[in-house]
Amino acid sequence: MSTINHHILSVLVQNRPGVLARVAGLFARRDYNIFSLAVAPAEDEGFSRITIVVDVDSAPLEQITKQLFKLIEVVKISELDPHRSVERELLLATVKVSPEHRGQILELATIFEGKILAVGLEAITISLDGHPDKLDDFEELLGGYGIVELQRTGRVALPKLEREARVRAVKGKAG
Amino acid sequence: MKMTGAQALIKSLEMEGVEVMFGLPGGCILPAYDPLLDSSIRHVLVRHEQGAGHMAEGYAHVTGRPGVAMVTSGPAATNMVTPLCDAYMDSIPMVCITGQVPTTAIGTDAFQECDTVGITRSVTKHNELVMTPQGLPLAVRQAFRIATTGRPGPTLVDVPKDVLQNTMEWYWPTDAEVNDSLPGFRPNIKGHPRMIKEAAKLIVAAERPVLYVGGGILKARAAEALRELAEMTDIHVVTTLMARGAFPDSHPLCLGMPGMHGNATAIAALQRSDLLIALGARFDDRITGKVSTFAPDAKVIHVDIDPAEQGKVRRPDVPIVGDCRLVIEELIRAIRDLLQGGAVRADTSAWKSRLSGWREQFPLHYEPNEAGEALKPQFCLELLRDSAPEGTVVVSGVGQHQMWASQYWKFDEPYTWVNSGGLGTMGFSVPAAIGAKVGRPDRTVWAIDGDGCFQMTAQELVTASVERIPIKVGILNNSYLGMVRQWQEMFYDERYSEVYLSPELPDFVKWSEAMGCVGIRVDSPEEVQPAIDKANSIDDRPVVIDFRVDAREKVFPMVPAGMGNDDVILPESQMPRKDALR
Repeated sequence: MSTINHHILSVLVQNRPGVLARVAGLFARRDYNIFSLAVAPAEDEGFSRITIVVDVDSAPLEQITKQLFKLIEVVKISELDPHRSVERELLLATVKVSPEHRGQILELATIFEGKILAVGLEAITISLDGHPDKLDDFEELLGGYGIVELQRTGRVALPKLEREARVRAVKGKAG
Repeated sequence: MKMTGAQALIKSLEMEGVEVMFGLPGGCILPAYDPLLDSSIRHVLVRHEQGAGHMAEGYAHVTGRPGVAMVTSGPAATNMVTPLCDAYMDSIPMVCITGQVPTTAIGTDAFQECDTVGITRSVTKHNELVMTPQGLPLAVRQAFRIATTGRPGPTLVDVPKDVLQNTMEWYWPTDAEVNDSLPGFRPNIKGHPRMIKEAAKLIVAAERPVLYVGGGILKARAAEALRELAEMTDIHVVTTLMARGAFPDSHPLCLGMPGMHGNATAIAALQRSDLLIALGARFDDRITGKVSTFAPDAKVIHVDIDPAEQGKVRRPDVPIVGDCRLVIEELIRAIRDLLQGGAVRADTSAWKSRLSGWREQFPLHYEPNEAGEALKPQFCLELLRDSAPEGTVVVSGVGQHQMWASQYWKFDEPYTWVNSGGLGTMGFSVPAAIGAKVGRPDRTVWAIDGDGCFQMTAQELVTASVERIPIKVGILNNSYLGMVRQWQEMFYDERYSEVYLSPELPDFVKWSEAMGCVGIRVDSPEEVQPAIDKANSIDDRPVVIDFRVDAREKVFPMVPAGMGNDDVILPESQMPRKDALR
């Protein structure tokens, strides 16, 4: 789950029916791999931001962005360097809690600054947001106790403010 | 002014300057066919929706204007998928209007409902489902803008029946409104000045330069600019399958077609070059052969309006994103400036003498007809070519006949060659020829077809007869799926699997006559010329000539699939001297 071979594309699109299908279809059609994907309305009305983490082993990033740019509804693509951007992801996990482990799991959640969302007799549901690497660690540690269900959102990212100059807007909107 | 969505749709098409459309009505598109009766737009009623699509393509090929097809929902829309994909692969501007079930029925698996926008998403440049009559004019304007701007391509507008039936207040969006509605569509047409300067430097310094010209030259209406560039720099030109006619075959600098079935000189010119100037070409696998062995010593200048083509197959040394015509004009200026500034052209004379040596040693070649033996397809093509009136448009299907047509015809004018290059759509030629003839009624249009291809879409000859569109069809009939046969002979130990079509059925003459055409059968070499003369003299109905040709004839040269261009197989008589191409 390391980010070494991954790049983050922040794609601003017109918020119209079928846009996500176009983006997803393009990745499938050209045999590119999506590692994770998050979509939500952007700051401007009428636009959405899609954060795509791309597995760049599947194709050169340049070709992926150029093909993405050919979609009419894609307005802007920024490539975010993982080292120069802020990334967040949300994790929800329901974990088995036997009486002897309850304390340990709660302690773990506290250390990671997670929240207990629901408590049952034999399980609890925890939420944790943060850098995806932190979520990876948390998930690994919880694994020892028995994860019943787990859901992650896929990461969202924005450029780090002080380094904003280093964001590379991908040039050359396609015809 | 109040009007129905249907009226607004037709009026929008009129406003876009549509003079003809190809289509077939049905349930959901029915409302649009009513105002069509009162419209200035000519409608050509096809016999199968695929035909409408290919006709629109043929029309666009020869006129440069977007071809328009209109069909109903469901099966009609799915029948349109092949032409859309064909147009997408070959960058043909085309607008397709499809009917859709009423908005209230969408998603219910209604009669003749299909997810047209979903199905055609990957074979269109853009598509749109219009949910209100008020949205129709903008959707139509966007469709035409997108289809014709930047790299051309097909677009589709899907219109539910109730959107056609309901009323709207007519308005026509301004250019600015269309522009604002497409914030993500800003094609870059002007090449980067620094890159153009870099390119000029490489051109001046190259000792073995070649202009590698693709279909983008024709899309950019850049044939004249290309000629000026070639003549000014005295650099030879190869024209790909999609660019035949972009540079005159009769020009001393023209080397003809490279690629899998290109001529030996054009192939070797690319292979031995030290500078490829790729203009509107996309390094297709049929041109490059095995990419790792393609033009190993060449630097690459790549001019293309689609940035995604830069570096897709071969990394260019100088990428230039822009319209080919504009970039070539700038390039000419930049080269002039360099030379006037004292730069000295590298010596290309050794290269030129190599090229002319190759041309002498490796002409296109086939063994001519022996008395009493079967007719050679190349011979038929040579007579067709030599008898064709000036300006004749040639439209081919896909396979051996297509390659022979491209090899043996002499194209001296742009937009006189129409074929399915990227998708390789068998059955393309008859409907595309009809579309071409509609677009250029002043021209003779010859469809060069194979017997396999012809049987896929021949029913459109009924359309041609009824609509008085007098195309001519020459079927190079070898009773085989000839190209497949050739591969099975060469690469599958002559194990012929499912390639033999009946030599008796269909009776192409009777079939043609049944469709209102004149049908002529030709079996022997001496019958060829009279048949062609007769066909050329008929102008009031379509003509079909069934040339019964030698099934053993193969297309050469040939670069076997997956091999490098240096592994080209030449006609037998030339193989012993093949090393001269190194």
